[in-house]
Amino acid sequence: MSLEAGLFTAGPIERRKRRVERVAHVILLLTTAALILPLFAIVIYLVVKAWPVLSWSFLVENPQHYMTAGGIWAPLVGTFYVVVLSLAIAAPIGVLAGVYLNEYARENWLTRLVNLAVVNLAGVPSIVHALFGVGVFVMMAGFGRSVAAASCTLAIMTLPVIITSTREALAAVPFAFREACWNMGASRWQTIRTIVLPNAIGGILTGVILQVSRAAGETAPILFTGAVFYVAVPDSGLASFFPYGLRDPFMALSYHLFTIATQVTGVSEALAYGTAVVLIALVVTVNLVSIVLRVRLRSRRKW
Amino acid sequence: MEAAHIVFHNVTVSYGSTIALDAISLEIPKHQIFGIIGPASSGKTTLLKCINRTIDFVPNVRVTGQVTIDGEDVFRVKNVCDLRRRIGMVFPLPVGLPLSVYDNVAYAPRMAGVHDRDELDALVETCLRQAALWDEVKDRLRLLGTRLSGGQQQRLTIARALSHRPEILCLNRFSIAVDPVTTMKIEDVLVELKRSITIVVVTNLVQQAHRLADRVAFLNRSRVIEVGPTEAIFSEHPASQMTFDYVRGHFG
Repeated sequence: MSLEAGLFTAGPIERRKRRVERVAHVILLLTTAALILPLFAIVIYLVVKAWPVLSWSFLVENPQHYMTAGGIWAPLVGTFYVVVLSLAIAAPIGVLAGVYLNEYARENWLTRLVNLAVVNLAGVPSIVHALFGVGVFVMMAGFGRSVAAASCTLAIMTLPVIITSTREALAAVPFAFREACWNMGASRWQTIRTIVLPNAIGGILTGVILQVSRAAGETAPILFTGAVFYVAVPDSGLASFFPYGLRDPFMALSYHLFTIATQVTGVSEALAYGTAVVLIALVVTVNLVSIVLRVRLRSRRKW
Repeated sequence: MEAAHIVFHNVTVSYGSTIALDAISLEIPKHQIFGIIGPASSGKTTLLKCINRTIDFVPNVRVTGQVTIDGEDVFRVKNVCDLRRRIGMVFPLPVGLPLSVYDNVAYAPRMAGVHDRDELDALVETCLRQAALWDEVKDRLRLLGTRLSGGQQQRLTIARALSHRPEILCLNRFSIAVDPVTTMKIEDVLVELKRSITIVVVTNLVQQAHRLADRVAFLNRSRVIEVGPTEAIFSEHPASQMTFDYVRGHFG
């Protein structure tokens, strides 16, 4: 009788455990909330400040009156150009290198060296990449300060992360699949092409797409290699979509934000905040795309 | 005894400083079921990996000695993929490739360059029938292979192993993930198959070797302790006391 009562009523230890549990729950919840709060605060603050200028014409008009009025078309297109071009360079190289490192390379001093290089390259500050870009692409390769030089610099910067995320995506495909294929007489490449890559492509794409937002947001690497204060570009028509050649300097959102916020006098505050909102919206959109992609591909996962 | 199909001559395999096979010599006759028994880590799996040279994929491996199939030295073969197609491999845990049932079985032929639809259809059906799986999956060939039950997936891997028309079929503890009824089905299939294929069965189940094999090799600690006709190995007086003890379940 007394034993049964003891089993089902909470003793002091039990009560203490429950108290600790509640406290832990609340603390964890609060830290999570604290994480979200600044993000919302930033976004709301920016949108409120930028409200007067936010409109479609802000996106499609060029800066006017020494950049104290107008929109952000020229820097928007410039950012689009360098991001696309840098990924066009970095994605194929990074993915193929990742495939080699994960599927072919044997464990030896060379691959260890490459791994070390990849890890360290990923940790190099972007301003250092910028100086490297100036030395190699602007001067040595003779690109000058241009779309080409800035794209190459951004490509070097994003490359190590693309390699790493590709390797992780490939490593997530069970080794047993490869063994099964090899045992049926499939070559390494056949196995990669038919089984490994189709099942890793989601993770690989996610890694590449996340680099879009990084490349779009960075200022330092393009600052010395091709982004400029102001370029007069066509206001309308087809020409306004192709304002920069490969060898031309260009405007970019991140640098544009920096200049109108600090370098130009007489700019309405809203203009700078508007640029910031567009930049953030761009990054968030890209991240959302990658999340959606990841979720969709995971739901189609076949094992 | 029929002509030897696979011959191990003084084969030693080491992974780094661990020796997995220690100067093994063995003859596996044609068109019989050859059973390999032995306690864990006695080198059974390594032995199979030598036959189709998937040992190549193991890092830091060192192989000396000779393995021949029909007199041809496996380690001197130029086209390894061709060699592997001559041998079907079935693993302990069934691995359905993340493809449809049909594509699982058609995989090897396609990789070998067969793309004719009718030919593939016929081949898939034959192999699935041989693996005693056809009746269960014939209406859902488009289903993902990984969605089949464990026992069905294991028979799928057998169908796959047969899909490249091997002359040798190696099964590595195939019944681990399979229920007893399916195991018996597969064993019947093997007995049927041995008329045209040489079969090597590695097993932890001594009784399975007893039921199935024509000859049995007993491995322990990377060495071949004894090879002989099944009756001899399972008799009251095998050549080695160790064999007797293992077969009777005294160790291992």
